[in-house]
Amino acid sequence: MSGNDKHQHHSGYGTYIIVWLALLAFTSITVTIAGVNLGRYTLFIALLIAAVKSGLVINIFMHIKFEEKIFKAFIALSGFTLIIIFLLTFFDYIYR
Amino acid sequence: MSDHQEAAVHHVHRDDLGAKMGMWLFLFTEVLLFGGMFLVYAVYRYQYPDQFHFAAMELNTTVGTLNTIILLTSSLTVALSIDALQKGNKFLSMMMLVITILFAVMFMVNKYFEWSTKFSHGIYPGSPELLNKPNGQILFFGLYYIMTGLHGLHVLIGMAVLFFMLVFIAKDKVTPDNYVKLENSGLYWHLVDLIWIFLFPLFYLIQ
Repeated sequence: MSGNDKHQHHSGYGTYIIVWLALLAFTSITVTIAGVNLGRYTLFIALLIAAVKSGLVINIFMHIKFEEKIFKAFIALSGFTLIIIFLLTFFDYIYR
Repeated sequence: MSDHQEAAVHHVHRDDLGAKMGMWLFLFTEVLLFGGMFLVYAVYRYQYPDQFHFAAMELNTTVGTLNTIILLTSSLTVALSIDALQKGNKFLSMMMLVITILFAVMFMVNKYFEWSTKFSHGIYPGSPELLNKPNGQILFFGLYYIMTGLHGLHVLIGMAVLFFMLVFIAKDKVTPDNYVKLENSGLYWHLVDLIWIFLFPLFYLIQ
C-alpha cells in the first residue's frame, strides 16, 4: 500500500482549476478558429487543439503523469494501434 | 493505523493497482469502439467533403459549445471530488459528485432539445426528408446520430455509476483509505469527456 500512497497528493485543487481554465481557453480558440477560413488547414488545426486538450485531460485529470510506467505503455500501445488502423485503411482507400 | 496493519487486522484483500489496470484495459476497448466509428467518419468525410460541410451547417454550434463547456467542467468537478476524498473531506467530495451529476443532466437536456429540433425539421434516421438528400449528407447525419447517441448512452451510464459512488461514500464503503472505485468511475467519466473533445470539432465546427 505504501507504493500507492506516494502517488496521492501530486495535484492540488489549484492544478485542476488551472487545467480546467486552459481547457476552456482551448475550446474558445477552436470555436473562434473554426469561423476563419484557413482552407485545408482548418481540420488539421481543430484536431491538433483536440489532441492538446486530450493530453491535458489524460495527464492531469486522469492522473497518468503520476502513474506507473505500465499505464503510459498501455496508452502508447492503444494510440499506435489506432494510428496504424487509420494509416492502413487510408493507404488502401486512396491507392485502390 | 496504516493500510498495511489494517489489512492484516481485517484480512482485507485489495489490489488497487490491479483494479485500476483493469479499468484502463476496459477504457481501451472503448477507445477502439469509438475509434472504429471515427474511422468510418474519416473515410466518408474524405469521400464527400463538400456534402459533410453542407450538412454540418444544420448543427447548432452554440449548443455544441455549451455542451463542451458543461462536460469539461464536469470533468473538473469529478477530479476535485476524488482529490477531496483523498484529503479526507467527505462532504466536499459528495458535493462535487452531486454537481457532476447535475452537469450530466444539463448535457442530456441540451441533447434532448437538440435532437428534438432536428426531428421536427424532419431529419432523423430513415426520414423521407433525409433520404431525399444526397448520399454524403445521409451518411453525415447517420454518423451524427450513432456517434453522439452512443456517447449520450455513455453519459447516462456515467451518471448512474457516479450516483452509486455517491451512495457508497455516504455509506462509508468508499473512504479516504479505499477510494479506487471512485477513481475508476472518474476515469470512465474523463473518457466520456475525451470522446466529446473529438466529436465536437468533427461535427459542430465544420464551416
